[in-house]
Amino acid sequence: MRRPCLALLAGATVAMTTGTMACKHETHDVRPSSEVSQAGSGVVLSTLFAGGVPSAIAGTLQTSQENAFAMNEGKRLFDAYNCSGCHAHGGGAIGPALMDAKWIYGSAPENVYDTIVEGRPNGMPSFRGKIPDFQVAQLVAYVRSMSGLAGGFWAPGRNDSMQVKPGENTVSTQAPVRAPGAPPP
Amino acid sequence: MRSPLLPPSRKLETLLGAGVALLLAMPMASCRERAASAAGSDGADAEWPMVGKDYQNRRFSELAQIATANVSQLKVAWTFSTGIPKGHEGAPLIVGDTLYLVTPFPNRAYAFDLHNPGGPPKWIYDPQPSAAAQGVACCDVVNRGPAFWQGKLFFNLLDAQTVAVDAATGKEVWRTRLGDINHGESMTMAPLVVKGKVLVGNSGGEFGVRGWLAALDATSGKLLWRAYSTGPDGDCLIGPDFHPFYPGDRGKDLGVHTWPPDHWRQGGGTVWGFVSYDPTLDLIYYGTANPGVWNPDMRPGDNKWSAGIFARRPDDGRAVWFYQWNPHDLYDHDGINENVLVDLPLGGRTRSVLGHADRNGYLYLLDRATGEVLSATPFAKVNSSHGVDLKTGRLIPADDKKPRQGRVVRDVCPAAPGAKDWQPMAFSPQTGWFYIPHNNLCEDIETTDASYVAGTPYVGANVRYHAGPGGARGSFTAWDPVAGKAVWNLSESFPAWSGALATAGGLVFYGDMEGWFKAVDARTGVLLWKFQTGSGVIGQPVSYRGPDGKQYVAVFSGVGGWAGAVVSGDLDTRDATAGNGWGATMKDLPGRTSKGGTLYVFALP
Repeated sequence: MRRPCLALLAGATVAMTTGTMACKHETHDVRPSSEVSQAGSGVVLSTLFAGGVPSAIAGTLQTSQENAFAMNEGKRLFDAYNCSGCHAHGGGAIGPALMDAKWIYGSAPENVYDTIVEGRPNGMPSFRGKIPDFQVAQLVAYVRSMSGLAGGFWAPGRNDSMQVKPGENTVSTQAPVRAPGAPPP
Repeated sequence: MRSPLLPPSRKLETLLGAGVALLLAMPMASCRERAASAAGSDGADAEWPMVGKDYQNRRFSELAQIATANVSQLKVAWTFSTGIPKGHEGAPLIVGDTLYLVTPFPNRAYAFDLHNPGGPPKWIYDPQPSAAAQGVACCDVVNRGPAFWQGKLFFNLLDAQTVAVDAATGKEVWRTRLGDINHGESMTMAPLVVKGKVLVGNSGGEFGVRGWLAALDATSGKLLWRAYSTGPDGDCLIGPDFHPFYPGDRGKDLGVHTWPPDHWRQGGGTVWGFVSYDPTLDLIYYGTANPGVWNPDMRPGDNKWSAGIFARRPDDGRAVWFYQWNPHDLYDHDGINENVLVDLPLGGRTRSVLGHADRNGYLYLLDRATGEVLSATPFAKVNSSHGVDLKTGRLIPADDKKPRQGRVVRDVCPAAPGAKDWQPMAFSPQTGWFYIPHNNLCEDIETTDASYVAGTPYVGANVRYHAGPGGARGSFTAWDPVAGKAVWNLSESFPAWSGALATAGGLVFYGDMEGWFKAVDARTGVLLWKFQTGSGVIGQPVSYRGPDGKQYVAVFSGVGGWAGAVVSGDLDTRDATAGNGWGATMKDLPGRTSKGGTLYVFALP
């Protein structure tokens, strides 16, 4: 599932000679939709979904997750939207640490998406209507990379600023655990 | 009123003790009596009616039963677990035969009958503040204690409300909302009641809020006045009576013009420290916190009225004078540290001064009638400034330690939490010395661009702290304000983040972040007693006389606060900036202590 980028494996020579061989893990959408974030999991009124369970965000979320550009943008936005004011550079402060293996509200991209958009009861603000959807997806990608959940193949760029923690791609990958006292999933 | 309860011998002993203390402290006696009567006590010093003990904020108990000779026998009398794993920075209050305490968020209040030590609470009051408020509490969800006045207990809720509770029944009398968490406002400070007015201020200096101090009617909770720390003179209650000592603080609307356009709206200057009151001059004193956004390049100007001290009239809040400890603050050096009102022999005469140990590392003595700086002496390692110019009153910053956007400036002392943070010092009239719990921290700082998003942090700085010279991160210092030097100094492995208590027994009490609660000889600093409370002590110790005539010492244990958030917030110290700068320097704290709040009460067997 987590296949490394073909171009990287095959080597730069191949990539250059073939020319057309773009790597999807390095792509970025230069004109993303600026539609604001919506609920990831709205109120479900029926268990019957014709043709399968729909999700408005699945597409954006999925393409962002194993993508270096998205993670790098997420890293920039993590400061720009003041996420770092509460979570520091992953070690946590007002809000919990994000570079450890504990996930109070779940570690799946959909969980992290919902946490950002809907907020959580003990102090995580809701950013619904404040951050464009594609940027939430980029933040999700970066947040998951902080604890090594993105694997070692895709990482955001290194810090331009004061070195305060190990690089995201060197964080040991730990299986996510539910934090003590976390509400049932 | 209380003396009939005392056995004759105890009464004699107490009176003798008080007499000796009075002789030693003649200049202070008149102030003390006034403060005691204003607090509604009988003057016998059995009580602890406000967190600072008296209006002067001296934290001195005249009880002398527990003394240097017998303190080694001190034992636990009773305890109470709050069940809250967050920082306990509060002080219990003792009025009559009841002990009152307020917990960190969710800010529950308890009353205990002192006739039945260890018994269940007489009442519990649960104000149910909004859980979301935890997201705008910069430095753990602390509460620094209640205030008592004429049968009511007053305290602040984290979600920016003030409540009054009937002290006899625990029933809510009134509740007033003063701020909005959606704009980053919270409340953590201990109120002070002066002339029937409950004085309260806001927190949120890391969220770009606009600071204020408000006065509420103690009977109804109605807002009587609110004095902002930034903005037009009218909002700051600055008028014809305002006469600051230094010319730099004079002029129209400096709270607007010393900022880039409109920045004063996010200008900080919150009021989260302790308030003092001088009944003779009829002035209240309080400090204002750091200016909004830490990154100083984003707010050229003096940024008034942040990082300074106001003297105001309690009746209508109008400002009388102001002095700025840190014009154009460079390092998050809030000016909120307590102002202790004392009368000292200086230059051949007794002067009414206030003592203030600032985050910037200087211990100031100010004439409390005029705001003139009489002296400013470093009490810790300082390399970020070259002193205070006594002609202009201005701090002289060191150019090589000024933060510049996009650069890392290294080894700046003191660090953002300052040479001393909120942890209140004590003053003993027996020795004439201040007892200062404080920090020995330096930092690397990199300032960055910050965007203002209401209700989210507004900081723009990456900081990481490290121990200052000598390697210890804290210190407990006895300071002679007349001589302007330290008398003795105890090195502490971690920042000394608890309050200090001085007693007429020749003792000083304080706690450390590893959980030890200590008694030292006030004259020599020799450690005479210590007790491991199980969690780091960052509370404010108090002393009282119980209905049984015995002297007690009480303190909260329960690590947390800004310095202890590494433990109370389960932070990951691989990030040096965890907890906003503490990650690197507090790596060893989780191995030394664990979470949990307990009130400890000690007495002689």
